[in-house]
Amino acid sequence: MAQSLAKEFTKGLWAEIPPFRLVLGLCPVLAVTKSVENGIGMGVATTFVLVFSNLLISLLRNVIPSKVRIACYIVIIATFVTIVELVMQAYTYELFLKLGIFIPLIVVNCIVLGRAEAFASKNGPVLSIADGMGIGIGFTLSLAALGAVREILGNGTITIWGGTPIFEMGANFLPFRFMIEAPGAFVGLGLMLCMMNLIGKK
Amino acid sequence: MREMISMIVVLTVLTAVSGGLLAAVKSGTEVQIENQVLKFQKAPAIQDIFPEATNDPLAERFTIKTGDIELQVFPTLLSDGSKAIAFETKGGAFGGPIGLMVGINLDTDEIVDVRVTTHSETPGIGSRAKEDLSFVAQFSGLKMDTNFALKGDGGVIDAMSGASVTSKGVSIAAAQAKEIYQKLKPEIVKQMK
Repeated sequence: MAQSLAKEFTKGLWAEIPPFRLVLGLCPVLAVTKSVENGIGMGVATTFVLVFSNLLISLLRNVIPSKVRIACYIVIIATFVTIVELVMQAYTYELFLKLGIFIPLIVVNCIVLGRAEAFASKNGPVLSIADGMGIGIGFTLSLAALGAVREILGNGTITIWGGTPIFEMGANFLPFRFMIEAPGAFVGLGLMLCMMNLIGKK
Repeated sequence: MREMISMIVVLTVLTAVSGGLLAAVKSGTEVQIENQVLKFQKAPAIQDIFPEATNDPLAERFTIKTGDIELQVFPTLLSDGSKAIAFETKGGAFGGPIGLMVGINLDTDEIVDVRVTTHSETPGIGSRAKEDLSFVAQFSGLKMDTNFALKGDGGVIDAMSGASVTSKGVSIAAAQAKEIYQKLKPEIVKQMK
């Protein structure tokens, strides 16, 4: 039990890390990774939704009739997403303004629905929480990594919560704005996918 | 038949519980969200409208209740000594309600300036109403009895090209401000002293 628990948790961190291995949930990956801060915020919101929707769906898996299961999953996921949206609005308003429309869009994020359908509807609550945590943290790390690449190249800094950058390129570094524009997201994601595949081959 | 009933029951119970939960969360976070909107949306808007305010309009805000209207008013003293107020109205735009903070000089009945506050317009298109000040600048200096409709509807406001629904939302909000102002001005003056 403990072994499979660890297995379900760690698979989300490498073997099935969502944007790079499963290539799912690309909409927020491309859109919000202008900075590390946005990436982490989006990742944490998604993780919260994943863990709780996984838990609830796994608890209700024997009650939900299979013909209306997708509708039920969407109701459950949408409820948690709206809770996240309200809580962000109440306590981290600036982040809410930056992420904007992409918070409600978690409802139709393939990762969340995918885990509900592929995992939580077939496994017990404890395993499902481990699965949700693993995938969610993996997603957060990927967003933060891509955000870091784009922010460093495009802006020359990394800034997390508050004004002072925690990392700065030298004064001679000339940032190329291209990386924080939309096309930079595709290039950045493509290069990271390529790197992941190179490492995975060995 | 049994399957049908179970589907209906499960979905009904699930949506009802979700609705209840969301209502609870919403009422629990309402005050906090109100504070955040005040801090991050209304305060900067008021600062933009009255850059030379000699008092703190946020701290001195008061609420007026008449009939079914409840209005939050931000009073201020302009540098030339005349009294002014700001309050927020909403108009229906492309992505939902669009908030407009309207600053009015009480002595001359003229608009000092307006600013868009909360909105959910398309970034880069409707959101220009907030970011590109040339659109809202059309309102400054207009008398409160002006027809704030768009030019195509017989008013005086030029719509932003490509964002006519958003422009209309702003003009509706302004027209509503006019209506509220005409109705409540005596009450506001009385409260300001």
